[in-house]
Amino acid sequence: MDTNEHEHVIEVTDLRRVYGGGFEAVRGITFSVGRGEIFALLGTNGAGKTSTVELLEGLARPAGGRVRVLGHDPYEERTAVRPRVGVMLQEGGFPSELTVAETARMWAGCVSGARPEQEALALVGLTEKAGVRVKQLSGGERRRLDLSLALLGEPEVLFLDEPTTGLDAEGRRDTWELVRALRDGGTTVLLTTHYLEEAEGLADRIAILHDGRIAAAGTPAEVTAGRPSRISFRLPDGYLLGDLPPLGELGVCGHEVDGEVVRLRTRELQRAATGLLVWAEEARVELRGLDVRSASLEETFLGIAREQGVAV
Amino acid sequence: MSALALAPVGRRLRALARAELTLLGRNRGAVVTALLMPLALPFSVRPAVDRIDLKAQGLSIGTVTLTAAVGFSFLFAVYTALVSAYVARREELVLKRLRTGELDDVEILTGTALPAVCIGLAQAVVLSVGCAVLLDAGTPRAPYLTVLGMLSGLVLCAALGALTASFTRTVESAQVTAMPLVLVSMMGSGIAIPTEVLPHRLGSVCELLPLSPAIRLVRGGWTGQLSAYEALGAVTTALAWTVLAVFAVRRWFRWEPRR
Repeated sequence: MDTNEHEHVIEVTDLRRVYGGGFEAVRGITFSVGRGEIFALLGTNGAGKTSTVELLEGLARPAGGRVRVLGHDPYEERTAVRPRVGVMLQEGGFPSELTVAETARMWAGCVSGARPEQEALALVGLTEKAGVRVKQLSGGERRRLDLSLALLGEPEVLFLDEPTTGLDAEGRRDTWELVRALRDGGTTVLLTTHYLEEAEGLADRIAILHDGRIAAAGTPAEVTAGRPSRISFRLPDGYLLGDLPPLGELGVCGHEVDGEVVRLRTRELQRAATGLLVWAEEARVELRGLDVRSASLEETFLGIAREQGVAV
Repeated sequence: MSALALAPVGRRLRALARAELTLLGRNRGAVVTALLMPLALPFSVRPAVDRIDLKAQGLSIGTVTLTAAVGFSFLFAVYTALVSAYVARREELVLKRLRTGELDDVEILTGTALPAVCIGLAQAVVLSVGCAVLLDAGTPRAPYLTVLGMLSGLVLCAALGALTASFTRTVESAQVTAMPLVLVSMMGSGIAIPTEVLPHRLGSVCELLPLSPAIRLVRGGWTGQLSAYEALGAVTTALAWTVLAVFAVRRWFRWEPRR
């Protein structure tokens, strides 16, 4: 067994993917995922998430760079990798005329060391649907079926391409809990998502993909660090922006006025908020719609999209 | 080692074939085409065959109907059925999903083809026996040639089915894309019309069509009229087509829908 396997289960170095028409979907990305870690690739549609995951799954050969999964090239050494990984594609993949149980039985027959199908279906709460044809399942149920089949072989590494798209709030929470439980059991999980709260709440580390490149990477806290916090409120009647204390003295680094709504950006949230509230108290006015929030992944994400958009 | 390595392959193929058989059973159109066409069509060519002087060619109504039945089994139970099956699985992303698993590409294509190939074989055997008993086709003089013809025909039909599927975008258009080979084989490969009654030059060109060698071997095995030289020629042609088809599938088979 490879010694470095325990450090990095997935290693990606300067990875590139170019499609037939010459479109470069993945433009040199590098990251690694440690054993027992949940790693999220976050990005808008077309950012290159699925293109990247397909290379990790060994479905296509990279145009450049290197992928190692469990120490092997997933495309060239598929027989060494496949029995140890589980895959959930972005969509579909099951004959619509088979029932859930028949689909699970087929997959179980194609997986070495498969756990019993009923157990896999129970993991995602599909036991009741065993006799239902795939075409009659809801979008969310199909995602759960896909997840249960990815788990059939009790994989060491799990690739989940948008696992919760189409799920309702409850289904999403259930899936998160399941993924966390798998991680706690030692499974390494790489998932893609365009839900910020999913990346923020579920992933140990994230990478924000934009235009085929990694725009930011690290723990959610690391990625949001250095991004400004926000304060927004409505100006009291009869007040203008100039009536507030000088913004520079509050530690505000940027502001916008939208009608009577004021948005402030600051890297010193406590100082800015205190200054603002003390002023309001002394002036005996109410700051309606007051919203104070520290830098979020959403802010970071939108900021990246905005900056890159300007750069293009 | 080889037995150990083959056990999981067998298990995977069985799982895939079982699912595929279930799907085939739920597709009424496919079942009708696969089971009824080879039964009905040999009789539809009967009036045409009746006007041909078969005796002069050493043929009989029995052997002609028998090869027609076997040929139609190849074309409808195997070839046409598989074009639809491969396209349907590709468009539902089943093939892509299977490729993320432990099965390799050959296993996926083979497992999907197994039910159709087995049905085609069973049908060919049943129809042959039926013709032998009911139409006095007699027993095959060189059964090994008939068996060889059936096997090569089945394998080639499966490979050509996969190849045709590569150029077929939807299940509906499979009806159209499968048509050229069906028609050419019916006319030129000795299925609807025995090649023996075609004009000499045309006949020798038609012998080179994809399914001609298989039909020739089946019929020649039954009548015992194929010389060793002719049998060798047919086997070589069949082999060449199979190699070509397998190569083409490896090169051009589409595993995912066009987007």
